[in-house]
Formats: sequence, C-alpha cells, structure tokens
Amino acid sequence: MTQDLLDVTFAALADPTRRAILARLAHGEATVTELAEPFAMSQPAISKHLKVLERAGLVARGRDAQRRPCRLVAQPLKNANEWLGGYRRYWDATFSQLDLVLDEEMKHPERREETD
Amino acid sequence: MGRTLSVTKSGELEIVMTRSFDAPRALVFDAWTKPELVRRWFGPRDWEVVECEIDLRVGGRWRYRLRHHGGTEMLLQGVYQEIDRPERFVSLETNEDCDASEGQALATLTLAEHGGVTTLTQVVRYASKRIRDAVLEAGMERGVGEGFDKLAEVVATPERAGTR
Repeated sequence: MTQDLLDVTFAALADPTRRAILARLAHGEATVTELAEPFAMSQPAISKHLKVLERAGLVARGRDAQRRPCRLVAQPLKNANEWLGGYRRYWDATFSQLDLVLDEEMKHPERREETD
Repeated sequence: MGRTLSVTKSGELEIVMTRSFDAPRALVFDAWTKPELVRRWFGPRDWEVVECEIDLRVGGRWRYRLRHHGGTEMLLQGVYQEIDRPERFVSLETNEDCDASEGQALATLTLAEHGGVTTLTQVVRYASKRIRDAVLEAGMERGVGEGFDKLAEVVATPERAGTR
C-alpha cells in the first residue's frame, strides 16, 4: 500500500464521527439520511464526512439517483490494519532507525560526555 | 554482526524481544533514556516524536507524544521502577485511557556487551494473556493502533449484500 494511501486512510479514520459512520456501514448499506440519524448533525455535515471517506476509498456510493446508498469498502482498512499489525514488524522498523542514530553518534564521539 | 530481531512469547503474560547493536552498551542505554536521542529513532516511520520528557530516576516519569502526518496523536508514558546504567532499567508503562491495572505493562530492558556488540533483551509483562496476545497481533500498544484494530475487526467481515 502506498504511503499516500496510508496517510489518507489514517486521516479519514482520525475522526470519531467518521469511525462511527464506518461502524454503522459495517452492518449494511445506508443512505445519508439514515447515517445522519444518530448524530446531532445536519445532512450536509454528514456528507462532508462521507466525502472524506470516499476519497480514502473506504466508502462507495450507489448509483441509484434517488437514494445513493453508501456501503463500506473494507480493503483499504484491512491494508492499514496489516501495516499496523505485527509487533515484530513495528520493532524491526524502529530498531533500524535506532541503528542509524547509534551509527551517527559513534561518528561524533565529541558529543558524548565523559561517562563510564 | 547479527541484526536479527527475535520476538517470542514467554509464559502467559510476557513478550520477549532480543536484538544486537553495533555500539557500546552505554550508548545504547543513553539512546533509550536521553530525550535528544530517543526523539530521533523512537516510533513508527511516519510518526514524529513531538514531545519527549524523561525523568531518569526511580519513581521518575517518562512521557512521549507522537504525531502522525495526518495529525493523529499517540501518547506513551510510564514510571521508572529500577535504573542501573548501563546494564538495565525497569519501567511500568501506564495508560490514562484504560482501567488502571489492565492498561499497565512492566518492561525490563537489559543490555550485555561483548566486543563492541551490545545485545538488548526486553521483557514486557502484560496484565493478562488476552492483552499480551492482542499486543502481539496489533503491533502498537496504545491509542491509535488499538482503536483501528477494533474497528477493523468490525468492518473486515465479508461485505453484506442486503440493505438494513
């Protein structure tokens, strides 16, 4: 998964209303009206959130001109989860970064205080 | 020099990690305990350490705030239990969001040096097997990671064709 798409996915998920919308859509399609119901929020406000989710590829809108139901597209979320998943992958990447810092510091011994 | 990371379960509550570094032990210890060094390597690639406070003494607190490009933030914090430079330190990682004891993890880091190579061993003990196993799957111990994983569990079931 490209970095850009990961960024867009995480940005889309970084909002509690959008996460709630996704959770609702996990149970089946819904129209904008149906989605707006549980929130003290206008339809245009919900539509704004839906646009962010659509751009992230997490939600798809139906073509029915009348209803345009929204449905969940789970793959980008699964990809993001796989990226997050894996304790080992996380620490592997982090320790590679530590390797670089240690190498840098050893090139500059003058930065170190006199210690044991 | 072996740079392989080993991650294993130990018993019901622990995750054990070992990794070697081509650096003296004192430097590796400092890399974990000096803010100016921690900031430069800690955390996942697309996250920046925006705040790093370390009070390196028994009972002292440490606190890291990380921020992702998109603005999402993650907070990690804890209290030092034991400090033995350059060989070992023990820290209790705490979590404001969770129930006090459930959210805690006890991390023991030991460093052994032979011929300029330092082997790091970190043993982290969780409050329950369930949490230990979830951490191993999730990859991130707090906040963002857990939230996304819970949501991903909900949404990653096969798409349902019908409407409500």
